[in-house]
Amino acid sequence: MPITSHTPLTPYENYNISLFVEVKKFKAIIQLLKNGYIMQEIRFHGRGGQGTVVASILLAKAFFSAGYYVQSFPLFGVERRGAPVEAYLRLDKKKILIRSNVYTPDHIIVQDANLIQNVDVTKGLKPEGWILINAAGSPESPDAFSGFRLALVDATHIALENNLGTRTQPIINTAMIGAFARIMGEPSMEMIAGAIKEDISIQPEKNIRASEEAYASVNLYGKVD
Amino acid sequence: MKKVLEGSHAVSEAVRLARVQMISAYPITPQTHIVEAISAFCADGTMNARFLCVESEHSAMAAVIGAASSGVRAFTATSSHGLAYMHELLHWASGARLPIVMADVNRALGPGWNIWLDQTDSLSQRDTGWIQFYCEDGQEVLDTTLQAFRLAESVNLPVMVLLDAFFLSHTYEPVEVPDQEQVDQFLPPLSPRIQLDTANPFAIYQMVAPSAYMEMRYNIQLAMELVTSRFSEIEDEFETIFGRKHGPLEAVQCEDAEIILATAGTTASTCRHVITDLRKKGEKAGLLKLKMFRPYPTDQIRRHLGQAQKVAVIDRNFSFGASGIFAQEIKSALCNKDVRPPVFGYVAGLGGRDVTPQTLEEIYWQTKNNNIPKDESVWIGLNQELVESWSN
Repeated sequence: MPITSHTPLTPYENYNISLFVEVKKFKAIIQLLKNGYIMQEIRFHGRGGQGTVVASILLAKAFFSAGYYVQSFPLFGVERRGAPVEAYLRLDKKKILIRSNVYTPDHIIVQDANLIQNVDVTKGLKPEGWILINAAGSPESPDAFSGFRLALVDATHIALENNLGTRTQPIINTAMIGAFARIMGEPSMEMIAGAIKEDISIQPEKNIRASEEAYASVNLYGKVD
Repeated sequence: MKKVLEGSHAVSEAVRLARVQMISAYPITPQTHIVEAISAFCADGTMNARFLCVESEHSAMAAVIGAASSGVRAFTATSSHGLAYMHELLHWASGARLPIVMADVNRALGPGWNIWLDQTDSLSQRDTGWIQFYCEDGQEVLDTTLQAFRLAESVNLPVMVLLDAFFLSHTYEPVEVPDQEQVDQFLPPLSPRIQLDTANPFAIYQMVAPSAYMEMRYNIQLAMELVTSRFSEIEDEFETIFGRKHGPLEAVQCEDAEIILATAGTTASTCRHVITDLRKKGEKAGLLKLKMFRPYPTDQIRRHLGQAQKVAVIDRNFSFGASGIFAQEIKSALCNKDVRPPVFGYVAGLGGRDVTPQTLEEIYWQTKNNNIPKDESVWIGLNQELVESWSN
């Protein structure tokens, strides 16, 4: 699905009545998670070298600080730079007992929009699940995501502005987790900053800033019809 | 302090807290993270220990045998082909009655070359005289590794702590990491039974004649027979200090269970979820988690399984020409009992193939709907087309 600068969808913030209803519906799901009635499973898509596994670990640590049981693991393959990789995160208020792969995620995080052409990123994604994509602008033909909720964040731009990585290899994972925290309403930016400080020894402050900027600038489009 | 920790690092943290003095290892996926973290601890002074890099697993085991023979607390970690390569020296370590602790990440053996979960690597070392513990989560890995040193040093036998590849070794989850002070209280410095000393030279590991060899072997068995009671005492003490206990095996809702699923490692964790679901549907399902495999807790297995109508064993391992290894052992534990449940053996999840809650439920229903178990194992989820394309 090409991502261009056209704007056929209304961002969440300028919501009309139907989006307002949808915000309430998603908040109800988060409430079920918070009250221990449901588990949430998140799948991360990226390329080897993009810090996809690290993103899942940082988010796990931040959600743990927010009072959740967490379980994070990579797709168990032989990782190579540039090749598609996956990582998973389970969240629950109860101890997580299931130790098998994630097949029907509640939400997905796509660290590289070009992956969408090669990888079936929505495979098994539950209806109305969020798809967070690292992309500039807004989706031109979001039909591929019909029935799901869409959010875009220009994590590459944010990373470059903060001098994270190089022009060809920007470090975008910390921006992605900041944007995801906005979608879920949790964990707080303090908790994300704490996880970054614990695990990232190179330029933690810049990574925290990238995470905060992504939190502030992510476009939540909501459900795609 | 509770931290989000990788399963591999739960081992590394336990080794640090146990104040291990000598580590020797050769890297192999998926064991690498364990020894990487330990070597970093040794390099930055967090651990006051010697990390000896060697050119093979055979040498790694030889090096820890040397260290333990000189009265030093020693550790190594490996996986799959690495463990197979150590095989000769595994016998040596137990025969020499050395309290070595090793972590093995359960990985398949090749060919087909495969880095994923399969428990055949360690189960095929069952006759080497090592104590074996199969763990289900990161907390159990950390706790069991600490207990392993106490136990090994108490009975003078080596201990293997087993972790499922990736599903445990590479999975991050909350783990309580105890304080050094608490661990020091639980695990005093090693007081070695033998200690090679250049100031006081003596010879060990000599030729033993037929007139004495059997007695040496019998003594190893006597030490193994001590393990169950010693481990129970060690766990009680551990619980007093740390407030946690896992047991040499665990029976979950077995008292009134009609069908008991028996399995080891991370599959036991998924099984807990499955039996809760089955109970909600009115099914009388139970779980027997198998943790201690050597010595084999025959009495306890008999007691927990004796009242069930059927037992279904899920093996992520296989003994060619026979069956799943845990199934064999459970059958042998039950065979001298007058009244015993039929044992259904299933082989699933070899070489990293996933065992999902659905897989386990399918096994439950197959067991419920059949009255007579097959002598051979039932293989779950085989792709018949592939089987036929490679048939002899």
